[in-house]
Amino acid sequence: MKLHINGTDRDIDAPADMPLLWAIRDLVGLPGTKFGCGMAQCGACTVHLDGQPVRSCVRPVSAVGTRKITTIEGISSDGSHPVQRAWVEADVVQCGYCQSGQIMTAVALLEQKPDPTDEEIDAAMSGNICRCGTYNRIREAIHLASRMKRGVA
Amino acid sequence: MSRADETLITRRGFVIGATSSVAGLVLAFHVPERVARAVAVAPPKTPPPPANAFLRIAPDDTVTVVLAHSEMGQGIWTSLAMLIAEELDCDWAKVRSEHAPVDAVYAVPGVGLQITGGSTTTRVEFDRYRTVGATAKNMLLRAAAARWNIAPETLIVDKGIIRNGDQSLRYGEVAADAMKLSPPASVKLKTPGEWTLLGKPTRRLDSLEKVTGRAMFGIDVAFPGLRTAVVLRPPAFGAKLVRFDAAAALDVPGVEKVVKTQNGVAVVAKHFWAAKRGRDALVVEWQRPAAGVVNSDALIAEYRRKAKAPGASVVAVGDVESALSAAQTKLVAEYDVPYLAHAPMEPLNCAVKIDGDRCEIWTGTQFQSGDQQTAAKILGTTIDKVQIHTMFLGGGFGRRGNPYSDFVAEAVTVAKAAGVPVKVVWTREDDIRGGYYRPAYVHRVQVAMDRNGNPSAWDHVMVGQSILGETPFADKSGIDRTSVEGTESPYVEGVRARRVTLHTTRTSVPVLWWRSVGNTHTAFAIESMIDELAHAAKRDPLEYRLALLADKPRFVAALKLAAEKAGWGTPPMLGHARGLAVHESFGSIIAEVAEVSIESGQIRVHAVTCAVDCGSALNPLGVDAQMQSAIVFGLSAVLHGKLTIKDGQVQESNFHDYPPLRMFETPKISVHVIRSGAPIGGIGEPAVAPVAPAVANAVFALTQKRLRTLPLRLV
Repeated sequence: MKLHINGTDRDIDAPADMPLLWAIRDLVGLPGTKFGCGMAQCGACTVHLDGQPVRSCVRPVSAVGTRKITTIEGISSDGSHPVQRAWVEADVVQCGYCQSGQIMTAVALLEQKPDPTDEEIDAAMSGNICRCGTYNRIREAIHLASRMKRGVA
Repeated sequence: MSRADETLITRRGFVIGATSSVAGLVLAFHVPERVARAVAVAPPKTPPPPANAFLRIAPDDTVTVVLAHSEMGQGIWTSLAMLIAEELDCDWAKVRSEHAPVDAVYAVPGVGLQITGGSTTTRVEFDRYRTVGATAKNMLLRAAAARWNIAPETLIVDKGIIRNGDQSLRYGEVAADAMKLSPPASVKLKTPGEWTLLGKPTRRLDSLEKVTGRAMFGIDVAFPGLRTAVVLRPPAFGAKLVRFDAAAALDVPGVEKVVKTQNGVAVVAKHFWAAKRGRDALVVEWQRPAAGVVNSDALIAEYRRKAKAPGASVVAVGDVESALSAAQTKLVAEYDVPYLAHAPMEPLNCAVKIDGDRCEIWTGTQFQSGDQQTAAKILGTTIDKVQIHTMFLGGGFGRRGNPYSDFVAEAVTVAKAAGVPVKVVWTREDDIRGGYYRPAYVHRVQVAMDRNGNPSAWDHVMVGQSILGETPFADKSGIDRTSVEGTESPYVEGVRARRVTLHTTRTSVPVLWWRSVGNTHTAFAIESMIDELAHAAKRDPLEYRLALLADKPRFVAALKLAAEKAGWGTPPMLGHARGLAVHESFGSIIAEVAEVSIESGQIRVHAVTCAVDCGSALNPLGVDAQMQSAIVFGLSAVLHGKLTIKDGQVQESNFHDYPPLRMFETPKISVHVIRSGAPIGGIGEPAVAPVAPAVANAVFALTQKRLRTLPLRLV
């Protein structure tokens, strides 16, 4: 089976029912995408399929087909993406475990809505759980990233 | 260790532990290796030498601070580095942190164990880490002075550059010379007025790794030959494994072995998914216990019956019974809290590689010393043969510091039985149902009121399980201090007749410290009762508290600041109401005001205003983060958190029925720091405790309904 992931084709030998999450982590070897619940409740496993955020823990790898997968490692490896820069600037992370998923959801949100309101941020981000409670700084960082992307920072 | 502002350099602090044959300096200046990451990807054939340093300085001036404590989100990756960097006067942009290996030299001063908890890290390391920084600076200056053949006192340092007139040397250039020098007998530490880094808002050092997905958590450990195991554990507390049939599990492609654990069955496979599918296919017979099966509702009812009579004495002053029976006005209330799982975002996991009588462990742990001893015992080896690579912890909250080392002991057992390196990974269901919870508690508080409405007799009975119990941390007195912490409230200490007693119960449900521990329930009971008294006395809850605490200036200051910032005394928005609470724990005093409304029958918390007196805020940005974090953590328990146990079986299983707070429910949180100059207090935990009573008190102000059970439910 072939996966198109972060711009490269990767051959993997996966059972059809294996969730995309485990193919990414255990077979492709990209550990930035996290396992949190296994039932699309927490968002730690969020990746993009053709730019759309999906929960990779419940998406069978066989259902991905030729769609382009983007993981946290694919949005920038050096932290230069505006959302990553905003996260650093706003000092968002604590334990950090959920943040790959938070960032992937935020990146997709800003593609859809370049200047989201607090309500739009809440609606988009409430599927991502952060047990450290970094939500207020996440909201702040999304506004900051929005300004960076729009060049009004 | 400190004597005024002069710190003696003790021998103990500066020799390496027993694992090395040569006693060397703590301050070794050698090229840092990317140990954690390199090791995680490909473990070297021979174990790396024990790190003998709190600090390394590389030729390129990179300063690597070695952390004796674990980073689980609370920010010590940054704060401990700040302590060293402040005294070292190095370039903060070149400072890195890494976790220490397990070694006696990294034991917590005064505790003797390598452990992270109790909101203690920055406080207990305040002297040691600053002394390391000052000692290194002294040696670097002496090395530079020797090059120039002048006295070190004449040199000036700025951001790691040593200047002598027009000449300059970088720390990295003299590090090799410096490591040959002997450390000074003592160093003079800076006064707070001389600080340039401490006390300033400072961004985290672990952000870049954590926003790029590069940070390595225990669950991310991978190396050739490492297998993944998923373990089937007892379906109910007290159940015992009778027999199992592994045939169907072994038929799952990718499954390689099925082995028995302490009281369960582990499926070892090429990857997680195969191990999980294999576990699903296991056929296992369990024996249910004949007696002692826990039902949580019945347990609370039993606790309520017990609470009617006093338990073992914790505090006894005056004649409480006479004072209560003579009182004209008396309030009696019962408060109860359920079992709670910690539910850190990273499910528990532990990777183990056994090689002869040696063992390497990769995990996110809060308790390296205990894990090392446990592993050595299981393997019949000595602790010096057990290495622990502490990875980033994807949340801890107490769950990753277990006196029984449950998740480490199990992984070592699986690796030993399987004969291959194994990483045990828990599912979320395993975590929620796996025990080691915040214990359920019932409090019964009876208070007599004098003519002014002030408490004149206070009788507080508590019922619940002991966390320290039979662990090495147990109190000799028989009273578990973590059960009663917070009951020595400043509201109570002036009451003429007062009594606090404790019924310590035993059940088959294992319990553990959960962020802020006993304070999670004692503060709820006490601050709810104080609010009930204020309302019974027809006095403003703030004014009532200020009067009772008049001779406690730090409490008064915290209450006043939180109240002022929250607009206490001004009318809230229509349909909203405010409640407040103040509590001291872990050396910090925190007042919180919650503003709530009821929306579609649900309690909605709109704002929490927090005033914190933690003595001095060494990193104000970190203090703010931990207040926000602890308030959100506390609110999860106030609004949602409850485990229901039926026939010994936990009914909840994942985030759909054990939901942490989500963004849309998160209030606006404002944090106001009071620099009182008191001894440094903890910041990781103490903001949890006041939030439950603050919200409950706000709900009362809004609805006149007193909610005494957590989580708070209107119906």
